[in-house]
Amino acid sequence: MSGVRVLVGTRKGVFVLTADGTRRDWTVTGPLFGGWEAYHVTGSPSDPDRLWAALSMGWFGQQLQRSDDGGRSWAPGGNDFSYAGVPGTHQSFDGTPHPWEFTRVWKLAPSPSDPDTLLAGVQDAALFRSVDGGDSWTEVRGLREHGSGPHWQPGAGGMCLHTICPDPRDDAALLVAISAAGVFRTDDGGASWRAANRGLVSDGIPDPDAEVGHCVHKLARHPDRPDTVYMQKHWDVMRSDDGGDSWYDIGDGLPSDFGFVVDVHAHEPDTVYVVPITSDAEHYPPDGRLRVYRSRTGGGRWEPLTSGLPQEHCYVDVLRDAMAVDRLDECGIYVGTTGGQVYASPDAGDTWTPIVRDLPAVLSVEVQTLGAAS
Amino acid sequence: MTATCAVRVLLPAQLRRLARVDGELTVPVAGPPVSLGAVLDAVERRHPELGGTIRDRGSGRRRPYLRYFACEEDLSHSPAGAALPPAVARGDEPLLVVGAMAGG
Repeated sequence: MSGVRVLVGTRKGVFVLTADGTRRDWTVTGPLFGGWEAYHVTGSPSDPDRLWAALSMGWFGQQLQRSDDGGRSWAPGGNDFSYAGVPGTHQSFDGTPHPWEFTRVWKLAPSPSDPDTLLAGVQDAALFRSVDGGDSWTEVRGLREHGSGPHWQPGAGGMCLHTICPDPRDDAALLVAISAAGVFRTDDGGASWRAANRGLVSDGIPDPDAEVGHCVHKLARHPDRPDTVYMQKHWDVMRSDDGGDSWYDIGDGLPSDFGFVVDVHAHEPDTVYVVPITSDAEHYPPDGRLRVYRSRTGGGRWEPLTSGLPQEHCYVDVLRDAMAVDRLDECGIYVGTTGGQVYASPDAGDTWTPIVRDLPAVLSVEVQTLGAAS
Repeated sequence: MTATCAVRVLLPAQLRRLARVDGELTVPVAGPPVSLGAVLDAVERRHPELGGTIRDRGSGRRRPYLRYFACEEDLSHSPAGAALPPAVARGDEPLLVVGAMAGG
């Protein structure tokens, strides 16, 4: 019997939502780790019972928790994310040098094949790797030591490495995104990196098409066509067809091309989803209507998906990790909001139903497809 | 010969939950006298998951929203090597690790 397990990280803990393959009736478990901010909760593709939760709190700092039984029980993992060597400085909001300081884990990226190997993207921006299931961490220092590092500046949420986008063809190839430095690419397992921001244009930085300094919000790509990468930038929805080496704008037709999330249909590499947000000052949907936009042409032409979503008086945000897709035959889409709703669409976005309405603000949504699925 | 004191420590609820302890915990510390730093070292040795949650890993500095109280005194700004009150070393009074009230 197939089913889905939706892992929801919120401002005040973790919630686990489960359903069978029909995705009609849901069981809600939580809060787990009540009070902790759960920036990301995810599972191992090769061992679905192995889960990790990246938790943090202003009082007590970073915690990592791991479950080996699908979330029934949890135990602490390693929370020592010490930068390699002497980390030096990046730029603060006001442009003055600021020492690299670890704050929290934003993103976990488990290996597709090895349940003991995973990457962590952290604030201040850096990449860490664990080969023991998250018990200990070693910095992939080549990224932070990229020559542009001293010029990186924080976005409004902090200077975070928030997106890790592996190339499914090659374990050594990876894209990461940093706010507000942009995209970086490695093809040698992290030893060397190059900026991958050609084609991005950002108002608000001194050189709008600079090599680094862009506030990239999220990347997504389909495993069957990994050279195609979609991006939600601060403003602009972008696409690359060469694995991130160059980008072009595909946002025409959206009511706003500001937003945080972007994701790709599980079985259709040309079907991409975004949630337009009004502006960087107005973090809510245009016209008070929550609309997921779908393009079946890899961008350029977009259709609003509204059935079951609030179409008046809606002023929630959808944060960068709060959209996910399952891999059931009819692809399901999930969207979490800062208003505490998690909406599910079992039919690729045509219709939506709230699974839950009143959680704490949702920071991240991941889906595990369990049992028979393509 | 160095004696060992059984020092009582009361952690904030969030850290008790993390360390899976109910109420106070008691840690052995060489002394008397016993220092604040030695007590926190002992707590972290017993509960490695608390590493970094009370003190910064690199600098050893108290995290900004935490305070240390004992015997109705605020010891938050005492050096790590400063001796705790004798009543704490005797186990008559606990060392309190307190999360600041914040959030309005």
